[in-house]
Amino acid sequence: MNAVEARGVGKVFASRSGDVHALEGIDLTVAAGEFVSLIGPSGCGKSTLLRLIADLDTPTSGELTVFGKTPQQAREAQDYGIAFQQAGLLPWRTVTANVELPLELHGIGKAERATRAAELLSLVGLDEFAGHFPHQLSGGMQQRVAIARSLAERPSLLLMDEPFGALDEMTRERMQTELVRICAESGAAVVFVTHSIPEAVFLSQRVVVMSPRPGRISAVIPVNLGDERGEDLREDASFFAAVTAVREALHGTPVTARGVDLR
Amino acid sequence: MTDLATTLAPERTAPVPVRPRERSAVGRRVLVGVLAVLVLVALWELVKVVVPDAGGHLGEASVLPRTDDLAMPHVWTIVDRVLDPETSAAGSPTVLSAMLSACWFTLRVALAGWLVGSVGGLLLAALMQRWQLAEAALVPWVVLSQTVPLIALAPLVVGWGGRIHLGELEWQRWMSVALIASYLAFFPVTIGALRGFQSPPAAQVELFRAQAASWSRTMRSLRLPASVPYLLPALRLGAATAVVGAIVAEVSTGTKGGIGRLIIGYAQSASGDPAKPWAAIIAAALLGLVAAMLVSLLGLGLGRYRYAEVR
Repeated sequence: MNAVEARGVGKVFASRSGDVHALEGIDLTVAAGEFVSLIGPSGCGKSTLLRLIADLDTPTSGELTVFGKTPQQAREAQDYGIAFQQAGLLPWRTVTANVELPLELHGIGKAERATRAAELLSLVGLDEFAGHFPHQLSGGMQQRVAIARSLAERPSLLLMDEPFGALDEMTRERMQTELVRICAESGAAVVFVTHSIPEAVFLSQRVVVMSPRPGRISAVIPVNLGDERGEDLREDASFFAAVTAVREALHGTPVTARGVDLR
Repeated sequence: MTDLATTLAPERTAPVPVRPRERSAVGRRVLVGVLAVLVLVALWELVKVVVPDAGGHLGEASVLPRTDDLAMPHVWTIVDRVLDPETSAAGSPTVLSAMLSACWFTLRVALAGWLVGSVGGLLLAALMQRWQLAEAALVPWVVLSQTVPLIALAPLVVGWGGRIHLGELEWQRWMSVALIASYLAFFPVTIGALRGFQSPPAAQVELFRAQAASWSRTMRSLRLPASVPYLLPALRLGAATAVVGAIVAEVSTGTKGGIGRLIIGYAQSASGDPAKPWAAIIAAALLGLVAAMLVSLLGLGLGRYRYAEVR
């Protein structure tokens, strides 16, 4: 069954100065276990689309299902885990207690929570910081805690809204490599919102390019860089070729490439 | 796992020590408090020295208070008076012991009022957080409630109280006083709690929504803990206003036994014994401080929730 299926989904925000068409006619299918990035300029509705899938907003038209259910049913059944641009950790809870939060909210027993939290913290490389409080961690570490938290209930769908947006380039690349590994291990489908082209290309199996006013899907670029994606991939010609393809789709016209034709 | 750990190593930082300066900060606050009292005493005596006994006059109008020993007794006279017996009658307790027992009475009534007011304020704030309509409808009334003079309310409350008989419970005079005190205390608590409940950022609120957490669960695990930095100062302020409310209510309902009644009683001897009313006024002010300090103790066990207040 597909993780996400959108048929003609639209979202209109009513405002005093008239209606704002945030999304229009979105058709998108995300297969189970597939990594899909949404990319586009600000205001193209990529975050809105993610919020619709997460049932944090409701579409004004079209049909949207998550694992064959309505987004609300999927949310209530805990089918997805979510991570935002802000880590959104609770400052009065330790790192462990923050990771345990979703489990605690759903009545999972203490012993099981502790085991799962320890597992997740070693997955994101933070086992030594289990007892620390969020303000004692760097931004990158906080974001890793948030990712561990989103994985707590072994969701089959991960929704991520620019989770690395506030990080510096070096940390960001490290986190991307880590995310590829985590996703491979968990087998979850991912919908990943970003405005970084290399990030989208590095992470995804497909990159969905969106354009603003109204928010629409303008192109879907398949990127198949294989399952083994290490640091050397960033230097690879196939990586640059995919980056160029996404960039051209983003700008609408072919970018005049100097030198070699990468396509 | 290990190779990952080494890649990540440079990012790991030494844990930040949590609030290393807290102890010395407390010490400094006590020192500043003592200094402030000393400055006040010095100013009082300075005014007595500089301003003529009859006060300052501009033409006919009096612009500075009289500073003779009758209007402004020396600080040491007041201290002396506190340690002397209340009246010349044989076996009369000292002013100090009379004031202490009066303060103890008022403090208990004020704390009862504070408790009622705080619980009411918290419930009201929760109601307003739950339904925006309730917030829009209630906030003006909450503000308006504080513009009604307490003196006007006191006889009404006593009147209603006199008609209340709940089985065994007989309405006591002190309950009216506590109720009036709670009327003052609920205001800062309501406003502080509402701000606190609304303080979690969108990312945290949406996280709870994404987890399909109920309203009460979100209140318990997110909004309530997040409101602690707002609640503690509000509760402290509530305690101080509860004391003021209790004193005013004692006076206006004619309740015996508290510091409010003592202030009135001592004021009657102002012409012959000027240090006595001043002693009672100082005692009332100190009582407010004590009440606020008692409530501050609540914050001791809540350190981890006070990140915003402390940093």
